[in-house]
Amino acid sequence: MSAVTEGATGTQSGPIGRRMKRKEDPRLITGRGNYVDDISLPGMLHMALVRSDVAHARITSIDKSAAEGMEGVHAVITGEDLDVGAPLPMVWIPPGVEVKTPEHWPLARGEVNHVGDPVAAVVGSDKYGVIDAAAQIVVQYEELPAVIDPEKALEDGSPLVHDDLGTNKTHEWALGGGDMDAAMAEADVVVERRIVNHRTAGAAIEPRGCIAEWRGESVTLWTATQIPHLVRLFLAGELGVSEEKIRVIAPEVGGGFGSKLNHYAEEVLACYLSRKLGRPVKWLETRSENLAATTHGRDLIVYCKMGVKRDGTITGLHAKIVADLGAYYQLLTPFIPCFAAFVMSGCYKIPAVQTDIVGVFTNKFATDAVRGAGRPEATHAIEVMIEQAAAELGMDPLELRRKNFIPKEDFPAEVAVGVVYDSGDYHGTLDKLLEHVNLDEFRREQAELREHGVYRGIGFSTYVEICGLAPSRVVGPSGVGIQGGFWESAVVRVHPSGAATVYTGSSPHGQGHETGFAQIVAERLGIEPENVEVMHGDTDTGPFGMGTYGSRTLSVGGEAAGRAAVKVQEKAKKLAAHLLEAAPEDIELADGKYQVRGSPDKGLALADISLAAYVPENIPEGMEPGLEETSFYDPENFVWPFGAHAAIVDVDIDTGKVEVARYVAVDDCGRAINPLLIEGQVHGGIAHAIGQALFEQVVYNDEGQLITGTFVDYALPTAAELPSFETDRTETPSPVNDLGVKGVGEAGTIAATPTMVNAVVDALRPLGVSYMDMPLTPMRVWQAIQEARGAGSGPRATEQGRQTDEHGSGSAGSGPAAPAEGGES
Amino acid sequence: MAESVRVNVTVNGESRSSEVEPRLLLVHYLRDTLGLTGTHIGCDTSNCGACTVLMDGESVKSCTVLAVQADGAKVQTIEGMAPAGNGALHPIQEAFWEHHGLQCGYCTPGMIMAAADLLKRNPNPTEEEVRHGLEGNLCRCTGYHNIVKAVMAAAESMRSGEGVPA
Ligand code: FES
Ligand code: FES
Repeated sequence: MSAVTEGATGTQSGPIGRRMKRKEDPRLITGRGNYVDDISLPGMLHMALVRSDVAHARITSIDKSAAEGMEGVHAVITGEDLDVGAPLPMVWIPPGVEVKTPEHWPLARGEVNHVGDPVAAVVGSDKYGVIDAAAQIVVQYEELPAVIDPEKALEDGSPLVHDDLGTNKTHEWALGGGDMDAAMAEADVVVERRIVNHRTAGAAIEPRGCIAEWRGESVTLWTATQIPHLVRLFLAGELGVSEEKIRVIAPEVGGGFGSKLNHYAEEVLACYLSRKLGRPVKWLETRSENLAATTHGRDLIVYCKMGVKRDGTITGLHAKIVADLGAYYQLLTPFIPCFAAFVMSGCYKIPAVQTDIVGVFTNKFATDAVRGAGRPEATHAIEVMIEQAAAELGMDPLELRRKNFIPKEDFPAEVAVGVVYDSGDYHGTLDKLLEHVNLDEFRREQAELREHGVYRGIGFSTYVEICGLAPSRVVGPSGVGIQGGFWESAVVRVHPSGAATVYTGSSPHGQGHETGFAQIVAERLGIEPENVEVMHGDTDTGPFGMGTYGSRTLSVGGEAAGRAAVKVQEKAKKLAAHLLEAAPEDIELADGKYQVRGSPDKGLALADISLAAYVPENIPEGMEPGLEETSFYDPENFVWPFGAHAAIVDVDIDTGKVEVARYVAVDDCGRAINPLLIEGQVHGGIAHAIGQALFEQVVYNDEGQLITGTFVDYALPTAAELPSFETDRTETPSPVNDLGVKGVGEAGTIAATPTMVNAVVDALRPLGVSYMDMPLTPMRVWQAIQEARGAGSGPRATEQGRQTDEHGSGSAGSGPAAPAEGGES
Repeated sequence: MAESVRVNVTVNGESRSSEVEPRLLLVHYLRDTLGLTGTHIGCDTSNCGACTVLMDGESVKSCTVLAVQADGAKVQTIEGMAPAGNGALHPIQEAFWEHHGLQCGYCTPGMIMAAADLLKRNPNPTEEEVRHGLEGNLCRCTGYHNIVKAVMAAAESMRSGEGVPA
């Protein structure tokens, strides 16, 4: 079989919409990718870090002498030796809100605040040798009390993570609209629930890593990152080097999921040590380091309260969130939970919606973005509450959803929190879902199986997500307060032969930019995507860009590429008009030809025009030679993808094991550029969320020791634990951008956790289980069954004891928990 | 550092001979000593399978084998799956491409090698058998859906004798 691309075999006429095989794959399937660890430079040294093995302590001494004396060791540095111009950045300064911000240095200065906090760096010539040397560095600690449970951290008298800040409360932030008191007063039933969305890890299979090479006055850093341009900007301040002397390259990046949407200590250390030693310095993260010191995600306790009338009308939704942020901030740490607030209305027309957030320091590593970043947490809370309310009302949960959905004709729809959803058809995705899931038949089957002791359940969730980050005026410094802009850039360069290169500021790590962007640009230029090369991830070869995260790639980066291509197309039309001796307004682009409208016989291919553009003896007066354009696109609004998911699960009530029998997803991400890529994104997102729902959890014990420090303990789902997924789509174009696209990278992670929890609860409801916190491990499910049985069949069972290591495990079978005013009641 | 030891390994059909530290892992031998960087490293506890290669025809996690243990063995890595230069792909590679069985590509070489071993032992696997067969290989991007599809498709094309590399 040959390796010839079959890209042209789509059903659509143009490249947009084709199920095109990926352009990036040939190198990756043959082992010719180029990830950070694949790069070796002459004279390269290796760096290893000594990290704190205690959660909270003063460093009383560090003895580096033994390590320094070892063969092949070139340098050992500690926090005292490291002379950099700025601490690691956190870029959220919300107007009018004080966010207590501790200094976060690449190496600890006097005190460690979490297990994994870097204390010293060793550089040497041998990969294994530096690890031996690191083991010879003796750090003496005077241990301090650690605080692990965020609610305990808020209590008076709690040990403080940062003494100088005087409190463990980082900040309070709120977003809402409508009259909550009136909404709750109007409700016939108020359902309350304490929902824990536990700490997880991004767990990209490629760990982080970087190589810094200093030559003369300039430094190049190869780093596994989602944001090369931002990393360069930060390095300039830290290293005291002018920005243009720094080149940051994100080579092939082996997955990110938010965990590489950051600027980390090791990037600074590698550059610093390369300058100091005059040699390239490489650092590669071990998986244990990754689980201890690459950002975690989620970790919110959500006290949720939903008011509903007997007829199912939702009157109000109030979420009080306690967010465990860990010991320091990474790039966006305190902001991430706020993201939840923007989608707290879900798909529903709710008159009053309010989110109040309290951030808390604990002696753990920082949380930050993990796939979905705030939106999975909000959706989980809303969709769990919907089913709780439905159970309370004795109403069909789908009926309850339908009754409250924002109707199609209301779009663009402003919701209570003040944001405007661009377009949607929530009834449409749910209807389509039910074409795949015959609910009546399922209920019959479920009843039959129960008679044979088989507990099968079905769970649903619907979601809307906020994507396309972001209109700068909304999230920028005077808006939400992120110190940046959220546009994206692209350059489209047509070469003399008519082939094109696109430079995007967006930086992929598995999404398929090289294919999707090629399809967009090819369509706009009237050429084939095979002849469009997409360059990314190198600060020296393209314009400044904001990177890849928040499902922004297509709707912001892709749109920028499309707009730059349209500018090129316009110039090409002018040139074609000149060459064909026609008026520019009479030129159309049809079937790859620039032709006088309606006269395909007199048409020019892009190659004819580009050649003329670069051999400019025949271009119009006043026109510059060349065929290249740039676009910086700042969206007017966010885009709002949505969908409806269902899971069917079987629960073994003797062991508590949950098996996913079917998972069905209907997503709407606007216009499809490449359905193959969309499906892949949906699959990955669902698996990620099933992982969180059933298996994955970052666990610290009472002393702040990380219990889940390897892949033995941090359980990612394997192929054997997952089913094949059934996916379908509806297409509701976004009016926000010219492409009509929305984004889909996080859809699965947003929808699937509540789907799973609702399914397991549905299976176990006859046993009296009314709710369970994730992860739904066999132990937790089994316990919930025992407790529910012990407490009779009603939902009003006992309040659960909480284990501090997971702060808020299993409130299984419990009735509504009272939200605590100002901390633990 | 302990005395170095000579190892002779046939890698992708070529015999190689090197002096190595006795503690050198096979994966580092392949990557650093031989420059075959298609074999990846994703963990330190033998869980992820990114480092999977074939040793004497059987899949092994090369992070869990010492280079000295491979002395005298035949090792096949992802680079040896398709002959370089003529654009031909192994049917498993072809199927991964066709069915979008990869996103970031980091797990992919290990997945392909594990699939090669699986299909050699079981040329006509059920979906269930494929899922269990790949249990030792983690992927964070694809949710395995398209990987499983690709392996099933590869099995079919290999059974029908199509797509055997030239
Ligand atoms: S690197 Fe070998 S199993 Fe993970
Ligand atoms: S494709 Fe990224 S880990 Fe599998």
